[in-house]
Amino acid sequence: MAAAHLTKADFDEKIKTGVAMVDFWAEWCGPCKMAAPVIDQLSDEYAGKVLIGKVDVDAEGELAQKFGVMSIPTVILFKDGVEIGRQVGFAGKQGYLDLLKKAGI
Amino acid sequence: MLMEIYDVIIMGSGPAGLTAGIYTSRANLKTLMVAGSKWGGQLMLTTMVENFPGFPEGIQGPDLMAAMRKQAERFEVEIKDEDVTGVDFSSRPFQISTQDSVLSAQAVIVATGAEFKWLGLPNEQKLIGRGVSACATCDGAFFKDKKVVVVGGGDAAMEEALYLTKFVGEVTIVHRRAEFKASKIMQDKVFANAKIKVNWNSEVKDVLGESKVEGVVTTTGSIECDGLFVAIGHTPATKLFAEKIDLDPKFFAKRLGEKYPTMSNIEGVFVAGDVHDCRYRQAITAAGYGCEAALDAERWLSENT
Repeated sequence: MAAAHLTKADFDEKIKTGVAMVDFWAEWCGPCKMAAPVIDQLSDEYAGKVLIGKVDVDAEGELAQKFGVMSIPTVILFKDGVEIGRQVGFAGKQGYLDLLKKAGI
Repeated sequence: MLMEIYDVIIMGSGPAGLTAGIYTSRANLKTLMVAGSKWGGQLMLTTMVENFPGFPEGIQGPDLMAAMRKQAERFEVEIKDEDVTGVDFSSRPFQISTQDSVLSAQAVIVATGAEFKWLGLPNEQKLIGRGVSACATCDGAFFKDKKVVVVGGGDAAMEEALYLTKFVGEVTIVHRRAEFKASKIMQDKVFANAKIKVNWNSEVKDVLGESKVEGVVTTTGSIECDGLFVAIGHTPATKLFAEKIDLDPKFFAKRLGEKYPTMSNIEGVFVAGDVHDCRYRQAITAAGYGCEAALDAERWLSENT
């Protein structure tokens, strides 16, 4: 299952409770293309434990701005709606696993 | 369990590594590529590549690499998207470790390329992703109508600056010398662009800002800006190979073979691409070196196993 696309309309609701990891990306970004399959894979591996979502910064500029995203891919980790960590730039699967550890996962 | 021994293990998945893989696999050598968790090499961070032959209209860097990978996979190169964590070249078969496995091979091709060089400024790492960037094509769009500084004087710096003019209001290139080493065609494009100005003989000393970039301090004064794009080149990715194979004083892997020109000082360990090439550093030369190393490895294997 691919990671869920989030929009301004459902973002707050989706990340409100539990742990969420969100990939801010765009079609024109090379490293985002490297990250995408890893994010999708994590979305399978952590199904039911972590909401793994994607935000297309072209379509959702407001969300990108709200979280101060100035470089993509940026992956932000939320716990109960609050940011607890972020990984800027593609860091490989291990980078995202390390990020998830900050949420105790 | 008996460990599988590959004929060739290739470390790296840029143009050198993937070309080597296409050649060794087509020579019926059982080939494994340790591609790195970030596969594809430097071209993954570029946009249009206009000097790779065969693409009259140019091709996007990531698309070119995806095509090379697909071609290598078609000839059954086994690819692991893992990072090498250690190598043992002291006996044969050679051993290569990754986070998840220990692999062994009769011959090895080192094609790990080069790593991005940061400026090493006090506040640089803190502001990465908050205005400090290594990749205009990834981040340029976030700087619409803003002011940015590009550091560097080579083709990469020219490309960053030119790409950024699509979005930003103003680009200042800060360069420590009185002239660029970039190719003439790129320099001409830069000088012709009204959005770009150049501060010659100037070095960036620090970047300012807490949660986002607000300016840079240079040896010739401060510049207010929202972004700092670094493009001062790369260093060979040879940390793992220190004291395993001979490196030159700038840490490039040395080619020392006589009968097999791409061989390092260790029999059976070949080098290809930017990891040894301090001179040309092009996608097409890297691909050529990858081919050379693969042909040498093939011949060496036929004589030594």
